[in-house]
Amino acid sequence: MKYSSEFRDPAVAKKLIEQIGEAVAGFDGQMTLMEVCGTHTMAIYQHGIRALLPKSIRLISGPGCPVCVTPVSYVDHAVALARRPGTLITTFGDMVRVPGSSSSLQREKARGADVRIVYSPLDAVALAEKTPEKQIVFLGVGFETTTPTVAGAILEARRRGLSNFFALCANKTIPGPMAALAGDPELKVDGYICPAHVSAIIGAEAYRPLAEQLKVPCVVTGFEPLDMLQGVLMLARQIVAGEARVETQYSRIVKPGGNPKARAILEEVFEPCDTAWRGIGVIPQSGLKIRESYAAFDAERQLPVAVEEPREAKGCMCGEILKGKVTPTECPLFRQACTPENPIGACMVSSEGTCAAEYKYGT
Amino acid sequence: MCLGVPMQVKSIANGIAVCEIDGVRREASLMMVEGVEVGDFVLIHAGFAIEKLDEADAEQTLQLFREVLASGGGPA
Ligand code: SF4
Ligand code: SF4
Repeated sequence: MKYSSEFRDPAVAKKLIEQIGEAVAGFDGQMTLMEVCGTHTMAIYQHGIRALLPKSIRLISGPGCPVCVTPVSYVDHAVALARRPGTLITTFGDMVRVPGSSSSLQREKARGADVRIVYSPLDAVALAEKTPEKQIVFLGVGFETTTPTVAGAILEARRRGLSNFFALCANKTIPGPMAALAGDPELKVDGYICPAHVSAIIGAEAYRPLAEQLKVPCVVTGFEPLDMLQGVLMLARQIVAGEARVETQYSRIVKPGGNPKARAILEEVFEPCDTAWRGIGVIPQSGLKIRESYAAFDAERQLPVAVEEPREAKGCMCGEILKGKVTPTECPLFRQACTPENPIGACMVSSEGTCAAEYKYGT
Repeated sequence: MCLGVPMQVKSIANGIAVCEIDGVRREASLMMVEGVEVGDFVLIHAGFAIEKLDEADAEQTLQLFREVLASGGGPA
């Protein structure tokens, strides 16, 4: 297909790698680039990008996957709802397998709870219309790419006059944790490989404070191998030149101001709130909650349930993984107790999780 | 999770586009994009078209890659 195969040409990749080598030839020391997008993490492993880069460039993974950063207490809440009579849980596939404190949605399903995987939040709305005798709850996790689709589903439910569609939301915004990690002296992030599809919504301008105030170069980068190599090259050149700007490698999709229509839909339904990130803790105003005017669709407000006291899995290092401080192989449970078939922590669940990517592609 | 897939719009009715890539067909809401026409490439995520692919920009990026390839550059 045009617009994908052409972004994978190995001959161009080879040249780009040479150019990266030239760019850092006179640079002594290490530069650490962080990607904060699970799809980038997956692509880096899949194409073996680390091994192609000069030794002086280190790639680390940040809080990339919405499933991974969702705290245990949210999974517990979803489990409690799944046990509530008359409730039908709809969700993207990955959430089903994330372990909660004492159960998971998968286990509840095996015990008879109605849990269904959907491809789109709109599928959940259609299901609500078809199943009026049940309360349909969609699990709203995700960053700025996904949140507008949850908002769109709520608007659609209202348009259809449904009173049995709800969302349980733990939606998050990505610039907050990027700023938090940029200020962490233990990490020393020298440049950000900014997420591709989050940026399609929020726009490249969203990273300007990171570049200007925190002096971290930011390059919005696509997911194809050539996109990623070019993104690394752009970052390396900025770092060597001592600059910190926002650049967009992925301009075929990402505009400076993002997608105004999607942002308007998101802002119509959601408002910022403080929220907890697994491993990072509470970051002020980095979450999104349903506004008062749409409270009728908020599972938290409309379907109260008792949620157990959260307990993290013993020994799991997901928190440190998500901050880029340890790599999966440093976790004693990795490949031992914790595998994709039997994940102990969230980072092993989603294929975009760092532990799952290391498991599949690491040596 | 928020994997976006570029697909080509085949038909549009009532704000819903039928899109296709490599023989796979999907419906997508056009609630979030403006001015999409049959033949356009759109990025689909979770049942919604979230952005239109800018063909001029895509061409520019590809042109840049062709130049990279043409440049003799780099130590052998
Ligand atoms: S939500 Fe989108 S941008 Fe974020 S990790 Fe997933 S694919 Fe990447
Ligand atoms: S290997 Fe498993 S237990 Fe260890 S950090 Fe990764 S997900 Fe958590």
